[in-house]
Amino acid sequence: MTLVTALISLGVLALIFGAVLGYAAVRFKVESDPLVDQIDDILPQTQCGQCGYPGCKPYAEAIANGDDINKCPPGGEATIRKLADLLGVEAKPLNAAQTENIKRVAYIREDECIGCTKCIQACPVDAIVGASKLMHTVIVDECTGCDLCVEPCPVDCIDMVPLANTTERWKWDLSAIPVKIVE
Amino acid sequence: MPSLFKQIQAGVLWDFHGGIHPPTRKQLSNQKPIAVMPLPDRLYIPLRQHIGVAGQLLVRAGERVLKGQQLTSADNSMVVPVHAPTSGTVVQIAPHTGAHPSALPELTLILAPDGLDQWREREPLNFASCDKAQLLTRIQNSGIAGMGGAGFPTHLKSGASQPIDYLIINAVECEPYITADDLLMQEAATTIVKGIDILCHLLNPKAVLIGIEDDKAIACAAMMAACSQRENYYVRAVPVKYPSGGEKQLIQLLTNKEVPNGRRPLDIGIVMHNVGTAFAIAKAVLDDHPLISRVVTVTGNTLNQPQNVIALLGTPVSSLLQLCGFQPEPMQRVIMGGPMMGFTLSDLNVPVVKTTNCILAPTAEELPAATVEMDCIRCSACADACPASLLPQQLLWYSKAKDSDKLNEYNLADCIECGACAYVCPSEIPLVQYYRVAKADIREQQREAVKAEQAKARFEARNARLEHEKQERLARNQQLAATRQQQQLASGANNTVAEALARIKAKQAQAAVADNSDTSSAQLHAEREQKKQQAREYQQQKALAETAAPEVEKTTPETQAEPADARKAAIAAAIARAKNKQQQTSATDNSTAELDPRKAAIAAAIARAKAKQQNSVTAERTVTQEAPVSPSTEVSSQNTEPDPRKAAIAAAIARVKARKQADDDTL
Repeated sequence: MTLVTALISLGVLALIFGAVLGYAAVRFKVESDPLVDQIDDILPQTQCGQCGYPGCKPYAEAIANGDDINKCPPGGEATIRKLADLLGVEAKPLNAAQTENIKRVAYIREDECIGCTKCIQACPVDAIVGASKLMHTVIVDECTGCDLCVEPCPVDCIDMVPLANTTERWKWDLSAIPVKIVE
Repeated sequence: MPSLFKQIQAGVLWDFHGGIHPPTRKQLSNQKPIAVMPLPDRLYIPLRQHIGVAGQLLVRAGERVLKGQQLTSADNSMVVPVHAPTSGTVVQIAPHTGAHPSALPELTLILAPDGLDQWREREPLNFASCDKAQLLTRIQNSGIAGMGGAGFPTHLKSGASQPIDYLIINAVECEPYITADDLLMQEAATTIVKGIDILCHLLNPKAVLIGIEDDKAIACAAMMAACSQRENYYVRAVPVKYPSGGEKQLIQLLTNKEVPNGRRPLDIGIVMHNVGTAFAIAKAVLDDHPLISRVVTVTGNTLNQPQNVIALLGTPVSSLLQLCGFQPEPMQRVIMGGPMMGFTLSDLNVPVVKTTNCILAPTAEELPAATVEMDCIRCSACADACPASLLPQQLLWYSKAKDSDKLNEYNLADCIECGACAYVCPSEIPLVQYYRVAKADIREQQREAVKAEQAKARFEARNARLEHEKQERLARNQQLAATRQQQQLASGANNTVAEALARIKAKQAQAAVADNSDTSSAQLHAEREQKKQQAREYQQQKALAETAAPEVEKTTPETQAEPADARKAAIAAAIARAKNKQQQTSATDNSTAELDPRKAAIAAAIARAKAKQQNSVTAERTVTQEAPVSPSTEVSSQNTEPDPRKAAIAAAIARVKARKQADDDTL
């Protein structure tokens, strides 16, 4: 008799808890970010297409569908590491052909510009201003350094110049200051 | 337990975690009054000397400026302008090594003083009758930024709208060697207190706390004397400990409040200003004397006369050192700022800026260069010394590993970079340097993240725009096509076109059918042959008629013999001619069967040649308008007509053509 009572009471408890858990799972469901958006947030958004996709979002979609995570040179190792953490895969080194490079921005040699607007059409982030037959120039703060404007230029007046180091962007370098006083 | 305010009024002091007691060495420079720096040859005025952005330039190279003239505009709240420290000429506006540890060039205005020291017009204000906005504008336009070291724009700190409990005046000056604030308080306590009055007018605090380290007895006494007429101004002598002059540390010392992680003192009702800033505010408001000079401690054992100097902003460090009898050693280092938080200068032409409180030129013995870094032995001395209660060892590991998540978890952002941990480290690890590098990395990452966000937004906006334009274009094209169709329908043009199209189609179909049926093509061939035959016959007839014509003409003179019966004769002749013709035609009709195709061809060829000649003649006539020539050629052509050779050639050509045609036809 006691055995039956124990079984019934335990069974009833199990049912109650099961129902509570089941309800909670529905009621407090956490809407997690879709994977593509999470991946897209990690990517550097240069929209450079060096991965072979026409922008960061398409690459994020490709990664979500199982593409390699090591195709983003502007993101470098840090991005690969974050992607590996997010996706739970092994971090791979950057593709051999694609080497990590220093930050650059496009610069239009303005006296050579003929105002053809081809670079404006190529820029994925609308960082080039100008009009037909008028000089164009790059908004440095908006340029992602994607290189896409260099190729279409018919007069080769666009250079990719390394971003100038300023006091705001400068990083401390070790052993710059002595910090020790000896009596 | 009395309330916090009561305790503060009663003079209770609290303590903060950690801290160190390095030798202060303040006696080197605090024994002499403040000297006045003579005008240097050149003044180098960086356009940005505070935290924020540089203003737009208001002057050009070659322009003469007056003392106190604004050189950059204050067009937004993050801009603090710079002023001409003396009258003179702007020599150049160019990059020049800045007062920054990176020693990177910054845009600098180079001024050649003319020695006249001629002031611009000044408008002193009576602050009691001014509203807050006016005072804040004056403070901003006078170029005042925090003079304790960070250089935060003062008008932003003073324009707080929240209620303020305590205004703390930081006169602690805890870093070794530096005595600039000490001397300033000794010599200008009353002006400082006026500056504090202005700040109180702006902020309405419950109490003003002036924190001074207790080794500055004279300054402390001077401030107490100056504040004696003021209610709720409390001068507090705090024990000597580094870094009690840190903002958060001093707040803890004086009010026992802690500024929460990631918040500002303003959030807990406290505003802190440096004593030098208070002095600058008083000068700016009461004298309209913008921030163009400051007290700088020039000290170190390589100087004959270490002392405090009032230097114009922009004075090169080398001039200051010369004034104080600089005797450089080999490998001499010159440090801007104190020994704990300052930075070594790579170039002695670096100017004094708004945040420069000390120039230190120590001997190698006094301040030895960093030695070899050894491994961490986990002694935890750094954790004991840390005034922000952080775990420096953990931060070191994570800094080395560049693990920014962990660094954030361990609150690296709360590190005030005071250098206490590095000072106590027995392994001589330059901990602060690691943190500075790590902080710079994190800032860089944050900047990148912001930029990535912007780029993403712009990319998406662009894509949306392109898509929108495409849709618009498509819609427009469709609309145009529709309207065109409607117009056509309305005008009926569409029907005629359709009919024409139908006709063409029908014709094409017929042709296709004809081509396909062999019988019809054979019929066509037969018809063609028949037509050719007819043409040949006709031409033969023509040729024969021509040859017969002269015979007919011969008969006419005979008929003229009977002139009376001329008409009859003529009729008879005509009948004869007609008969003749009939006979001839019948003869040719009979002969057609006998005539071989060669003769017919010859005749045809002659006829063709004639036609051609005639054609060419008419053409010549029309083209060259040579009327007199044409009759002769006509005559000559008529004459050459019977030439048998030409006829033969023509016949040959005709034969070849006929054969070709025959070949074509058989094909």
